[in-house]
Amino acid sequence: MSNIPSELKYNKSHEWVRREDDGTVTVGITDHAQDLLGDMVYVELPEVGRELAAEEECAVVESVKAASDVYAPLTGEVVAVNEALEDSPEIVNQNPYGDGWLFRIQPADIAAVEMMLDAEAYAAIVAAES
Amino acid sequence: MKQHNRTPLYDAHLAHGAKMVDFAGWQMPIHYGSQLEEHHQVRRAAGMFDVSHMGVVDLHGSKARDYLRYMLANDVAKLDGQPGKALYSCLLNEQGGVIDDLIVYHMDHVWYRLVINAGNRERDLGWLLRHAGSFDVDVVLRDDLAMIAVQGPEARARVHSLLRDDQEAVGKLARFSALALDRSFIARTGYTGEDGYEMMIDAEEAEDWWHALLDAGVVPCGLGARDTLRLEAGMNLHGHEMDENTSPLVAALAWTIAWEPVDRSFIGRKVLDNERAAGPTQQLIGLVLEEKGVLRAGQAVIIDGVGEGQTTSGSFSPTLGQAIALARVPRNQAEHCQVVIRGKALRARIVKPPFVRHGKATF
Repeated sequence: MSNIPSELKYNKSHEWVRREDDGTVTVGITDHAQDLLGDMVYVELPEVGRELAAEEECAVVESVKAASDVYAPLTGEVVAVNEALEDSPEIVNQNPYGDGWLFRIQPADIAAVEMMLDAEAYAAIVAAES
Repeated sequence: MKQHNRTPLYDAHLAHGAKMVDFAGWQMPIHYGSQLEEHHQVRRAAGMFDVSHMGVVDLHGSKARDYLRYMLANDVAKLDGQPGKALYSCLLNEQGGVIDDLIVYHMDHVWYRLVINAGNRERDLGWLLRHAGSFDVDVVLRDDLAMIAVQGPEARARVHSLLRDDQEAVGKLARFSALALDRSFIARTGYTGEDGYEMMIDAEEAEDWWHALLDAGVVPCGLGARDTLRLEAGMNLHGHEMDENTSPLVAALAWTIAWEPVDRSFIGRKVLDNERAAGPTQQLIGLVLEEKGVLRAGQAVIIDGVGEGQTTSGSFSPTLGQAIALARVPRNQAEHCQVVIRGKALRARIVKPPFVRHGKATF
């Protein structure tokens, strides 16, 4: 059974977000998503400063098996990316909710976070898939 | 119709935590946790693959040799007087396209054994049967057998440790040769670039073998690792590097065509003779990506001043830590090219496969 922390928000394309104290949100892919993809070998992240629209393709995670798009969970500007993934993409497998985060967004409207799925709703989607 | 065939090792895979996928209508393990670790295990020690989905076809009859000399682009006459010896060959259609690639084992003058790809079982069998009549050859699909490939630098020693009376005979087996034992058929062949065996055994005994190999320290590996291993070894995969519309001459398989003797007639020969005389216009090359990213099948390849082609297989190479691919391109002498990945042209080096030999880069 995959790990789905209750304090995070999710969307159905398997990204998670966490509200940070400075008003930004951190984005990553879920434990379920990394498990489906398998051993990660390459992560392509958006440029810092890029303006993202919600649901826009903005990153790619590639496992030895396949490439998978990552979608912007919210509209906003990219303010940081996880540069450690360039040399160590396997961190996404090892710690998808911690060191394996992908990028941070300054959201246009922070309230949009609350519109996303909670852990329970996301767990139902995962259960339906498997 | 969608099929869900299971091999005799299906339950053993689930018990070992396999992630199962559909492959050519078969439920097969893609990995048992980490494809990368399984890959390394085969390069460094020993791994095993359930390849029971592949077809084992026995050909019996006094005309089996004549039949195969007509059916195959390679010439089984090369195996005369060498019982147990194997040969790699393409099975061609009349247009010189590759119906399948296979290994043929010459066991005695009235028995040859073929191992064919899972996805081409029905196509191959239909084709083999259609031409068998005029040669009076019996074509028998051996659905009663399972097949386990044990591969890696320590693979042979670990298999030997499980054999009793047959240990010495199997230990003497030369590369690309097979031995038919009472209850098993052991071939020193494989699809990983490593030494090892492909063992054909009674389906009912498959689980016992699997567990004995596990106990001997052989690690189960899925189809994922099998694909990255064969790609590093520069081996073609039917449906990627070649298919029914591809000539072996543009799939780096010219070496598998026996042009001599010139009076041997085989299916597809006329078209290939003409293509050879005219000179093939394309070739299969190896690529190593020099920038960050992953090569995949179907990406555009641009060679300055030459033209465009396409990758046929591509992956991250676990041994090399960078992306590699096979690609079909116009004939050229270039040393570099560009591969288009998500709209960006990235620089790649052109190399001659294999990419990896004895666990090290060849370039």
